[in-house]
Amino acid sequence: MAYQLLKFALGGEYKEPRFFRDCQTPKKSYDAIIIGGGGHGLAAAYYLAKDHGITNVAVLERGYIGGGNTGRNTAIVRSNYLTPDGVNFYDASVKLFQGLSTELDINLFYTNRGHFTLAHSESAMRTMRWRAEVNKHVGVKSEVVGTDEISKACPQLDISCSGKSPILGALYHEPGSIARHDAVAWGYARAADSMGVEIFQNTEVQSIDVKNDQVQGVQTNRGYIATGKVLSAVAGFTPRITKMVNLKTPIVIQPLQACVTEPMKPWLDTILVSGSLHVYVSQSSRGELVMGSALDPYEVHHTKSTFDFVEGLTSHIADMFPFLSNVKVVRQWAGMADVTPDFAPLMGITPIKGFYLDAGWGTWGFKATPISGKTMAHTLAHDKAHDLIHSFRLSRFDEYELTGEKGAASVGH
Amino acid sequence: MSYQNKDNMRLAKKIGEWIDRDKVIKFSFEGEDYTGYEGDTITSALWANGVKVLGRSFKYHRARGVLSLANHDVNILVTDGVDTNIRADVVTLQSGMTLKVVNTEGGVVNDKKKIIDSISALLPVGFYYKAFHSPAVLFPFWEKFIRKAAGLGVVNFNYPRITQRKLNAYCDVLVIGAGPSGLSAALMAASNGLEVILVDENQQLGGSLVYDRAGGNAAKEMLDELSVKMAETPNIKVYTGSYAAGYYADHMVPIVTAKGITKVRAKTVIAATGAFEQPPVFRHNDLPGVMLGSAAQRLIYRYGVKPFNTCVVVTANAHGYRVALDLLNAGCTVVALVDMRAEADRDQYVGELARKGVKIYSSYCVYEALPSKSKLGVRGVTICPFDEKNGTSNTANSITLDCDGIAMSAGWAPAAALLYQSGMGVRFDNDIQQFVPNSLPNGIFAAGKVNGVYNIKQRGLDGMRAAAAALQYLGKSVETINVDHHQGASPSHFYPIVMHPKGKNFVDFDEDIAVKDFINAAQEGFDNIELMKRFTTVGMGPSQGKHSNMNAIRILAKIRNLPVEKIGTTTARPFFHPTPFGHLGGRSFHAHRLTTIHMWHKAANAVFVDVGAWSRPAYYQKSGLSRIETLQQEAIAVRQSVGIIDGGTLGKIEVCGPDAGLFLERFYTGKYIDQKVGTTRYALMLDESGVIVDDGIASRLAEQLFYLTVSTSNAAAVYREMQRWLQIWQLNVGLVNVTGAYGLINIAGPKSRDVLAKLVDIELSEANFPIGSALETQILGFSARIIRVGFVANLAYEIHMPSAQALNAWKALMQSGVKEGIRPFGTDTQRLLRLELGHHMPGYDTDGLTIPYEVGAEHALAMDKPFFVGQRSLQIIAKKPRNKILVSFVLPLDYSSEMPQDCNLVIDDGVIKGRVTSVSYSPAAKCVIGLAYVHPTQNQLGATFEIRTDNGSLAKATIVKTPFFNAE
Repeated sequence: MAYQLLKFALGGEYKEPRFFRDCQTPKKSYDAIIIGGGGHGLAAAYYLAKDHGITNVAVLERGYIGGGNTGRNTAIVRSNYLTPDGVNFYDASVKLFQGLSTELDINLFYTNRGHFTLAHSESAMRTMRWRAEVNKHVGVKSEVVGTDEISKACPQLDISCSGKSPILGALYHEPGSIARHDAVAWGYARAADSMGVEIFQNTEVQSIDVKNDQVQGVQTNRGYIATGKVLSAVAGFTPRITKMVNLKTPIVIQPLQACVTEPMKPWLDTILVSGSLHVYVSQSSRGELVMGSALDPYEVHHTKSTFDFVEGLTSHIADMFPFLSNVKVVRQWAGMADVTPDFAPLMGITPIKGFYLDAGWGTWGFKATPISGKTMAHTLAHDKAHDLIHSFRLSRFDEYELTGEKGAASVGH
Repeated sequence: MSYQNKDNMRLAKKIGEWIDRDKVIKFSFEGEDYTGYEGDTITSALWANGVKVLGRSFKYHRARGVLSLANHDVNILVTDGVDTNIRADVVTLQSGMTLKVVNTEGGVVNDKKKIIDSISALLPVGFYYKAFHSPAVLFPFWEKFIRKAAGLGVVNFNYPRITQRKLNAYCDVLVIGAGPSGLSAALMAASNGLEVILVDENQQLGGSLVYDRAGGNAAKEMLDELSVKMAETPNIKVYTGSYAAGYYADHMVPIVTAKGITKVRAKTVIAATGAFEQPPVFRHNDLPGVMLGSAAQRLIYRYGVKPFNTCVVVTANAHGYRVALDLLNAGCTVVALVDMRAEADRDQYVGELARKGVKIYSSYCVYEALPSKSKLGVRGVTICPFDEKNGTSNTANSITLDCDGIAMSAGWAPAAALLYQSGMGVRFDNDIQQFVPNSLPNGIFAAGKVNGVYNIKQRGLDGMRAAAAALQYLGKSVETINVDHHQGASPSHFYPIVMHPKGKNFVDFDEDIAVKDFINAAQEGFDNIELMKRFTTVGMGPSQGKHSNMNAIRILAKIRNLPVEKIGTTTARPFFHPTPFGHLGGRSFHAHRLTTIHMWHKAANAVFVDVGAWSRPAYYQKSGLSRIETLQQEAIAVRQSVGIIDGGTLGKIEVCGPDAGLFLERFYTGKYIDQKVGTTRYALMLDESGVIVDDGIASRLAEQLFYLTVSTSNAAAVYREMQRWLQIWQLNVGLVNVTGAYGLINIAGPKSRDVLAKLVDIELSEANFPIGSALETQILGFSARIIRVGFVANLAYEIHMPSAQALNAWKALMQSGVKEGIRPFGTDTQRLLRLELGHHMPGYDTDGLTIPYEVGAEHALAMDKPFFVGQRSLQIIAKKPRNKILVSFVLPLDYSSEMPQDCNLVIDDGVIKGRVTSVSYSPAAKCVIGLAYVHPTQNQLGATFEIRTDNGSLAKATIVKTPFFNAE
């Protein structure tokens, strides 16, 4: 690929092919249909083809690929969760991410920066220790560190947070990374497409045809498509799809907002998160500070920004980095997040045969993109949930077997 | 030797100019000294000095000069050593400024990084997705270079914290933009009695009336007339030099001023935000000396600066003709006016220009600007016949003209960001080649260019039309005003793009994106406007697409052979201009609560800990003692005699009314209807899934009054949840959060009765006031509530009194206990004391999934009640096997290895079985005691389990009964 660029530079024609075909007319039927052309849906399509040889697959995207939460998140990848099931799942994702640029032959700018979850109180320190203990037990590199080590990694950080909420220590998670989120969707799209998966943009699923508790097909704005397997990978819109099959889930939609500064010369090398201040911040390869906060505390189904979000966030970031006072925020935006009661995803089979869920991604979906694709592909292929996602099954809510990630996920980017 | 030409470009005084020529300002730029005038921007002062290379582009480090002079010249970012990324085109010149251009290596003229421009062919759009990642081990190496190239200015780590003030303002009509339509709208609304706020980002009112004069006086006269009326109209509050940062729900628009943000909540909003002039696209359209026509006009009339000596005007609308006339008026030689349209405008200006000797080339385009030898400026221009239908240029018949600059006027893009944010629906008006409002939300109106109205008289009228509509919306009776649809030639060209085989025909100046980049991106499948934006990064730079999005849309439409309307636009998100942290964050409110006894604690050397918003003593430091030793001494005092703790931070809620008991029976797990007045009961709160949320004490003080204490950190949440349930249940109950109103002192220990007895008139004997009693009485002459509790010691009393009296009560108790050796203790000691009694604390020994069965709280569950929150879930959970159970443990008396910590794991055969939730050395038990979750099969008394400590060693713990010591 780099060689192609050189040839182009030397006066050749621009020979780069399409990343994926411009599919317009769906076939009458597919072996599987994936609703949602975000990172998750495209990754599932890719692993269906690659791991299971199932290539007669259509991905139906209402807008454009990667246009939902894939393109709205703050692109942090980590695995320092609280429950062993959570840690194992996200650790598998981190490992897939680490080889993904090579596997998909696209530079995802996956960059290992280290991740500090700052603790401003004794009770936060206790939670950090708990997470570190569980992480270490499962073989994931997390340590409780003191303020010296935080200052060493980020000398610009005001440890006292402008005297308002002094930092006592942090959970340091060495594998914490950031990546170019859009490219993850594009890379999976190209790789899936090259194996025969058809990607339809501007294609909206209007209803799902279920007979005798078995999926028969989907009705779209491009006509009816027959299929025995439908995967819903539309985090942020899940209730809209589950309503089509009369499936009840405890998912509610809450907004999640973020913002970005003007580019500046890189100085922030690590990823910093503070649960008490409700912020997370990293600096992108373009030099922008990418900043986010906790979920907005109410249910809302739109992506309008609020001003109080950016007021609170900038105030807290300025407590941490007072010298940013005259740095400017360029843009703020919002996404809609599927939120589950236990802050863990909702994945796997459902009571409706052939209807699979990849949902409940709250604020932690991007980092799970590869592993959710891989495990959901497995689940579709075998009609049985992959072992790694057993704890995330829909029936856990009826069975009172919740996963308990609240402590690690709420502002846990 | 600097390249910068030092021609004096300052013109003779212009009527209405914004500079004060009596006030000379000295400053330096890139190490050389210059002067300007008060009122200049940095850019206008430099241009007046003949300095044209003002910055370098982000990606290719190409030399850049003036583009818009309207807050989107983001290639011209300078630093004064303190501040960075200063936008020179709009920031006012200050005396003594020492300015340098950001992101150069060796200065703006000789920037070494310009080498990147010559290898730009190696860096086509999206190249970075295709390079550096293989082999993977080398990416960190490449990344160092990429990160070095990234970003613009260098952040000054010593910059002071700024917290600008915030204000709220309210009005009937907020008018955004003070051009002819905005001024007319504001005047009309105000003259009909409305309170108006008018905001404009420029330093003075008038919008284009200030500078778009076509060499004449009509615009200036119109402005003068409007200005006189403005001066006569009292009910318009004007904010100049301020911008509307975004539109938020319910007509909330934050206005960013130099001093801070004013959050305006308006009944109606009129956006008269105008339009951004758009550059035609041709090779080298980015050279210093190539600028928008409106930028040339701004230089002339605002700052008295001559844009060029000899220039060519390239246009595709009537505005270019007006620009040419203004340039002539400023003494520029206009070599030619190049009109890209087949049917050039045939209005008044053609004749006037011809009379003034300007040669007009119709159906011609600028094929390329010719760089000077140094590539730092323009030496001429190649023009050639242009077929505007096909967008092809006939280079065989090209003509080369000498000039030192080019003014460009090819069209406009509406400044509609706020309207989009408000929820506007748009349509594409082919007559004017512009997206215009199709539907606007209630209370939102658009006027002027943003509404597709370009004729100067009609723009004023359109402002009045919008104001009339706003008046009607507010229920005032005014006549509807009609405005003519646009007549004549389009103000915007449908495709002002000139192809060139060698490229460098820039669409986005922020990000150095040329036409070919769009074609290549589409070829790779990024042929949706949003995908194209993300792949090419068009519009993602600091100017947010103000000069680039519209051309990008046109190019994509052409590539896909679709009408522009089908391509649509990208989402316009806040902010309208980038806004500083110091403004957005501004002055913030950090709640910090202290009890009325706080200063006493401080004087007694308390070490404080934050619990939510509260500060509480953790313990009272004694010199020469470690924290642990201090805690243990405080604990011993309680066990052997008496201790005292300030519990004023605890949540206190009064539940009153006929249904108070019923409400509590539903809200908590226990029974309260039959609770006797003068007694207390344990109150355990669950959520609907049966998970423990909080616990506390319910004291029945009267038939219809319960007094609840809840934990400090949960107080607000519990009160909120009570209110929520009350809404649902609609019971006859009143809820009052009296947390701050009441002080609370807890005295505990075998001598606590003696100490308290001296201060009250009631009989405190075991028989008369056993555990579980509560009453209201007098203490020191004020009324207090006394509750017999047992959380930290078997004999202990809570005394609740008005918080203003708490300090008096505290001092009286301290005095009363002198003989007994009364000692204050803090929350750290309190945690140890309750641990010694085996009490678990919600939130400390429980987590987000803990159910009562796991902590041995079955006794608190009145499962035979008809209902309580969480009951149904518990009925289901009760039938399931347990996963974990909280047990009390001790370590061997002689344990001396690594001390276990809270949250160390309980490990069995390499599997996590649970964790320690509380652990401490107990002076009363004389060993290490704690609470831990273990697997339910291992919870027998005497059973052992292993705790993995911080250093990896395993501590063997034995399960025991509580309390951990022989209580008094």
